[in-house]
Amino acid sequence: MRFYEYESRRILAREGIPLSKHGFARSAEEAKRVAAEIEGPVVIKSQVLSGGRMKAGGVKFADTPEEAEAHAREILQLEIGGHMPRGVLVDARAAIKQEYYAGVIYDGVRKRPTFVFSDMGGIDIEEVADTNPERIGRGHFSTILPHMDFRAKDVIASIGITGSELNRLTPILSKLARLFLKYDMTLAEINPLAQLEDGTFVAVDAHMDLENEARPRQRELLEELGVGDEETREAREPTEFEIRGEQIDAVDHRGVAGNVTEFDGNLGLVIGAGGGSLTLFDAVRRHGGKPANYCEIGGNPSVSKAKNLTKLVLEKPGVDKIAVMMSIVSNTRVDIVARGVIKACLELGHDPAEKIAVFRIPGAWEEEGFKILEKYGVEYYDRSVSMHEAARRAVEKVGAASDGAGPSVDEHPPATVDAGTSGEGEAP
Amino acid sequence: MPGTFIDVELDDSVRGDRELAAKLEEACPVDIYASGEGVEVVEENLDECVLCELCIKAAPPGKLRVRKLYDGTALEA
Amino acid sequence: MSDREHHHLIDEDTTFIVQGITGREAVNLTRECLDYGSKIVGGVTPGRRGRDVHGVPVFDSVAQLVEEVGEVPDGSVVTVPPAFTRDAVFEAIEAGVALIVIVTERIPRQDVAQMVELATLRGARIIGPNCLGIIRPGVAKMGGIGGPARDARKAYEPGSIGVMSRSGGMTTEISSTLSAAGLGVSTAISIGGDAIIGSTYAELMSLFEADEQTEGIVIYTEPGGRMEAQLAEWVVENESRLPIVAFMAGRFMDEMPGMSFGHAGTIVEGRADTAAEKINRLQSAGITVAEEISEIPDLMREKLGQKATA
Repeated sequence: MRFYEYESRRILAREGIPLSKHGFARSAEEAKRVAAEIEGPVVIKSQVLSGGRMKAGGVKFADTPEEAEAHAREILQLEIGGHMPRGVLVDARAAIKQEYYAGVIYDGVRKRPTFVFSDMGGIDIEEVADTNPERIGRGHFSTILPHMDFRAKDVIASIGITGSELNRLTPILSKLARLFLKYDMTLAEINPLAQLEDGTFVAVDAHMDLENEARPRQRELLEELGVGDEETREAREPTEFEIRGEQIDAVDHRGVAGNVTEFDGNLGLVIGAGGGSLTLFDAVRRHGGKPANYCEIGGNPSVSKAKNLTKLVLEKPGVDKIAVMMSIVSNTRVDIVARGVIKACLELGHDPAEKIAVFRIPGAWEEEGFKILEKYGVEYYDRSVSMHEAARRAVEKVGAASDGAGPSVDEHPPATVDAGTSGEGEAP
Repeated sequence: MPGTFIDVELDDSVRGDRELAAKLEEACPVDIYASGEGVEVVEENLDECVLCELCIKAAPPGKLRVRKLYDGTALEA
Repeated sequence: MSDREHHHLIDEDTTFIVQGITGREAVNLTRECLDYGSKIVGGVTPGRRGRDVHGVPVFDSVAQLVEEVGEVPDGSVVTVPPAFTRDAVFEAIEAGVALIVIVTERIPRQDVAQMVELATLRGARIIGPNCLGIIRPGVAKMGGIGGPARDARKAYEPGSIGVMSRSGGMTTEISSTLSAAGLGVSTAISIGGDAIIGSTYAELMSLFEADEQTEGIVIYTEPGGRMEAQLAEWVVENESRLPIVAFMAGRFMDEMPGMSFGHAGTIVEGRADTAAEKINRLQSAGITVAEEISEIPDLMREKLGQKATA
């Protein structure tokens, strides 16, 4: 779960990390007031979750409160990466001597959190890693021993920083590590961490991600920041189709119909489980198919959950046929899924043999499932037909019925596989 | 009304059996049975049947059958 | 650790326990493992001492179990809710259990890092979390991998190929394909789908390397993380005797950064996370990347043949 910059700053302040003088504003008038309080030149920054604010025109400089108001008015109307801003941050523009980068992330190979520190702040850290790897210091720290400042000091000193800079930077980086653990972050980054002309340091931009799995135990922080349970903070706003998919999953605790994602094509997919869905979605595309959606069924869903998901997919405009496919199942039952998808066809007045292009779910209770499919004339395969072969046959069948993708009908654009939806950190 | 895939047949002699109704309600993992005046079958749950045969074990022999409408066979004691 | 554990994660003598044994999924898993021939010596659910699950005695704690059974079990399958997993795993490690399979999903990363750090300090090994466990076909299984014994026997035939997979379901799909092609499986490990897992491909390689039964390795992988790069480095540095075929799912995700599909660890956040980048790294280490699951047996045979004639 991603935090807005103004929220990330509040977390830094809570943990005693110095910040430039700033305020969050939801309206242009409020922005003007904040600018007047700051007294001096300010920068107005759009508060959106997607990256690339600078390029999109979401960051503007102002010398007077009136100018700040005008810029804020514009920025508040500006959609960036499919998101409308939550508000604007009005931040004092101080004279900066040097920009640093300070970050903490997990290293999945070493299985520990690691510092990432550089004296080339203000730009994307991946870029620094490419061009000046020697200017990045790294170092892992323990999650079970008490945190010690020397871990941070070693990382900063490793890139040649000494003197008062070292002594002033160490507590800041160390506090970042503490808050990373305290708040179950998966990313805590200050970029830039600026040294002002007077030698002091302030965080000028911050980016933090809290792990979704840890939300229940971070309730206190989330309440303080006013983040409600309903705020998913995904990289992309869910479409109507996706919200209905989530509801189908939520109302029935039996099994999973997860990650329902809308795409533009004509082949509806009822696929599972995690790895199986990734494999099958690739397989459909590899054989030239155009998926109408992505999903992950598993965990032995009830007949009604499988049915409701199938109905959702079948009713999506532009869907000609569906393919029901999974990797070999050992918990989910073949016969239960078969009942669900057939019932969905019948309730919508379709012939299952016509609407279900292929059914390829081998495994638990397959003998029983195959009897059901047999009775309704649905084409089904056992494990001797590979996942890719099943996908190929499904694509072939849909191709015979109609060509081209169906219309897209939602005001929220469905996911596309040729346009990215988010960017990483950026310089203000 | 039977389900699309599953139907349950109860012998008339046990329909009013409240004790059996309670046993079936307790046994069925997908809530096909409810106990009221006697044994009540919750029609909308019939197709959720997982063929576990717990209801058949709970009923007197020969008094309850679970019909699989897709192949014409039935589970019974 | 005894000698045999250097060569195999599990064998016919491996004893293990199930923590959280009275839960619905744990009861099934216990039945499946017993039917397959595994030795489950006890289970733990606090407050349920004195019960039994399919004949397996239940205790309040691991320490109590060890005292009553009279020995420290070789392993533990942990299947308790996410909020209690860290405590259960610490309990097992501190009781001296050396192999821990964590089935539970949705455990916060920090908890996983803590469990792994303690395991490393104590010389224990963690498989998972968010995994289905380990199977040695025809010998034993530890976890829900392959499902009921009958289904597991159908999909997993004893043979010469080691399988490691970030997806539990795909472990079975790939193993079934290898079995149908006559190659069979030596040991299959569902390593887990999270961003941090107890044992990565590279960390398990030395076990397969030392196992005479294993002649080749198949891995299933996904976008997200750096584990494939680590494997590629390991293979080159250690001059591995084992040919490797990899399958990469989720290639479509390269074009959708920031969105998560499949498993918790599957998200493209940086360039090194993409499927394309990972495929490059694997290939440059001599690992063959299959385009489809069904090609895997032939690709493996080809590599085994090359090795024989080299």
